[in-house]
Amino acid sequence: MHRTGELYGHFETLEQQKESAAFGMWIFLVTEVLFFGGLFLTYTINRHAFGTAFGAGSNTLDIKLGGFNTVVLIMSSLTMAMAVWCAQVGKKQLVSIFLIATLGLGTVFLGVKVIEYKQKFDHHLIPGQGFDMRYRSEHPTPADDPKEIAIEKEELEKTFAVDPDTNAHGQLYFSLYFGMTGLHALHMIVGAGLLLWLIKESFAGRFTPQYHTPVEIVGLYWHFVDIVWIYLFPLLYLIDRHR
Amino acid sequence: MSNTPLTPDRELPHKHYLNASYRSGLRSWLLTTDHKRIALLYLASVTVFFFIGGVLATMIRIHLLTPGGALVTPETYNKLFTMHGVAMIFFFLIPSIPAVFGNFLIPLMIGAKDLAFPKINLLSWYIYVVGGCFVLYSFGTGGLDTGWTFYTPLSSVYSNSAVTPAVIGIFINGFSSILTGLNFIVTIHTMRAPGMTWFRMPLFVWAHYATSLVMILGTPVVAITLLLAGLERMFHLGFFNPALGGDPILFQHLFWFYSHPAVYIMILPAMGVISEIIPTFARKPIFGYAFIAGSSIAIAVIGFLVWAHHMFVTGESTYAALTFSFLSYLVAIPSAVKVFNWTSTLYKGSISWDPPMIYALGFIGLFVIGGLTGLFLACLGLDIHIHDTYFVVAHFHYIMVGGAVMGYVGGLHFWWPKITGRLYPRSLSRFAAVVLFIGFNLTFFPQFILGYLGMPRRYHTYPPEFQVLNVLSTAGASILALGYLLPMSYLTWSMRYGRVAGQNPWPATGLEWKTDSPPLTENFEVTPVVTWEPYDFKNRPDLGLATGAPLPAPAHGDD
Repeated sequence: MHRTGELYGHFETLEQQKESAAFGMWIFLVTEVLFFGGLFLTYTINRHAFGTAFGAGSNTLDIKLGGFNTVVLIMSSLTMAMAVWCAQVGKKQLVSIFLIATLGLGTVFLGVKVIEYKQKFDHHLIPGQGFDMRYRSEHPTPADDPKEIAIEKEELEKTFAVDPDTNAHGQLYFSLYFGMTGLHALHMIVGAGLLLWLIKESFAGRFTPQYHTPVEIVGLYWHFVDIVWIYLFPLLYLIDRHR
Repeated sequence: MSNTPLTPDRELPHKHYLNASYRSGLRSWLLTTDHKRIALLYLASVTVFFFIGGVLATMIRIHLLTPGGALVTPETYNKLFTMHGVAMIFFFLIPSIPAVFGNFLIPLMIGAKDLAFPKINLLSWYIYVVGGCFVLYSFGTGGLDTGWTFYTPLSSVYSNSAVTPAVIGIFINGFSSILTGLNFIVTIHTMRAPGMTWFRMPLFVWAHYATSLVMILGTPVVAITLLLAGLERMFHLGFFNPALGGDPILFQHLFWFYSHPAVYIMILPAMGVISEIIPTFARKPIFGYAFIAGSSIAIAVIGFLVWAHHMFVTGESTYAALTFSFLSYLVAIPSAVKVFNWTSTLYKGSISWDPPMIYALGFIGLFVIGGLTGLFLACLGLDIHIHDTYFVVAHFHYIMVGGAVMGYVGGLHFWWPKITGRLYPRSLSRFAAVVLFIGFNLTFFPQFILGYLGMPRRYHTYPPEFQVLNVLSTAGASILALGYLLPMSYLTWSMRYGRVAGQNPWPATGLEWKTDSPPLTENFEVTPVVTWEPYDFKNRPDLGLATGAPLPAPAHGDD
């Protein structure tokens, strides 16, 4: 497969090449929708069956960190869109800057996710042996706010009164929590890898108004991953918030 | 064999994709981005899995020679039919026609130099190989005994066999299928030559467009489902495990949401092959072109709405069952449209009994039986009687072996001269086609009767009164094996010793026949411009069929 400039030999024109690449990414995103779709369906069925336990599980999540991450991701979508626009109009330096900003925001998101996972680990909320929804309220650390712990204890008592199997069903919630956010994080990591490649190419000055397809299609991918989070955030964090 | 050829010996083109020396040796194959070479890589690897699946099938049939089981322990028997199913479905049938012929032919048929994403095409083959290795590892280290359906909680909790690597392998392999489908759809949209409008495309391309839709919409769902089942097994999670609050029926819904449409991934490409062969050897434009093209899309769409007919007896509401039963009947309409159009094409055609044609006619007969018995199974009342019996086994083998594999072998005979540039022995290949047809029917027709009489599938033993039919089936299987070994041997022979075919030996009307055999790496010297309608023999003087002109001499080597 030989290449003349930016045009691969099996295409006739740059327009045809660009159209193919963008169309290919859209189709890939369709497959992604169905890939996540299986998880969303599993979530829906289980939440319908075990609403109480899912609510209790949701309330253990840190809404401040989750909300912060949501803002971070929306910001990263903005910087990504700016990078695409700058590539279209040929502002080469700004492309690099916005790509780096997007990568930075993505990394912040992943870092916050690590903190959240660590909390769940400390609170015995990893599905499997030793999983206990009541662990945190029964083993508070000095750092915890006693008022908050008392509320959590009371809520969990009510939950267990309604659903004595809350620990089993809570495990389903956390299986889905880790499954869905984990798969999302994996997509973010792939996206970060793509951004690194784009940044390298943009330093080499490869993106021009005539040829910037890679920025565009990585942009599509990045926006898709953001949108997944826009759905995940309310489904996982906001089920039963009324404290 | 005659010593005096009727036509002077042709020679292979000087330069073609097989001898292109842009890189040397093995590297030139393993790092190729040429869709034709990747197709041959797929051809070799699906043949390996066909062989593995075939050996396992042979062991199953030998075991069932006696009522008590002749060969293996019950546990091993469970592994035999499971591994047979996994090897054949995921690693042979699903990639067979799309990844081999689709890959080879779609760019040629629409006048493109390659698929839209050649590197992704190669990647899809490597993904297939990696997935295949995982599955072979599972086969070699404890086997697999869950049935190819991986129903939970058997697969996720109770099975003692090597489920995890198998699930990982099939998960990985799914992405090969997704990328192939994605590549085809984009190629068909953006890479068509000037004048190649949508309704001038060969029906083979339409069939692959429909297949690709199923691949991109279904495969991700089975991927996530098997991933969840695998995670459930590895980390003792509870998505589908009732003991932990999960729902096993949910697994079945998700699994069949892909795995029923997957049947159409297998049969639609075969229908595409038949739609190419029939007009070529009837020397007539295909009857009802637009209807055949549309029925492919209709099958793909309706095929997505019938999955729960696999679950009539495993728990769903009566109304859901009624709906799915009705929708399953509905799929029969576009399928019948195709069969009627093929037979109408034959009507008053000038039929030549070349080997591909014999396979195609065999396909029509077997597909009709397979399709009609599918309606038996879609019938709610009758399904309760024949569910999970050999009736089901016979039905889907008529579709998958009688349909998909017949189409595959027929396609192999039809395009072999294009792929290798050489012809195979005519009489021997016609004989092989008949052997295949007889062997197939003898193997699987008795299974309809067995199933109707109540022999359950997946059992390693059966009551003595079923022995005669089982022995018949095993005898048929040995004839069937001959029907596969014959083409394997003479096709391999012909790669070196077969007579040179020339551009268009049949002759056929597709664009792929207007270039050299084997084609150049770039497919065409200059991008072709299409000015003719599909399957039009009348206005194509280049075919050498002008009125009054004698037909080209017989294209074959030995008569």
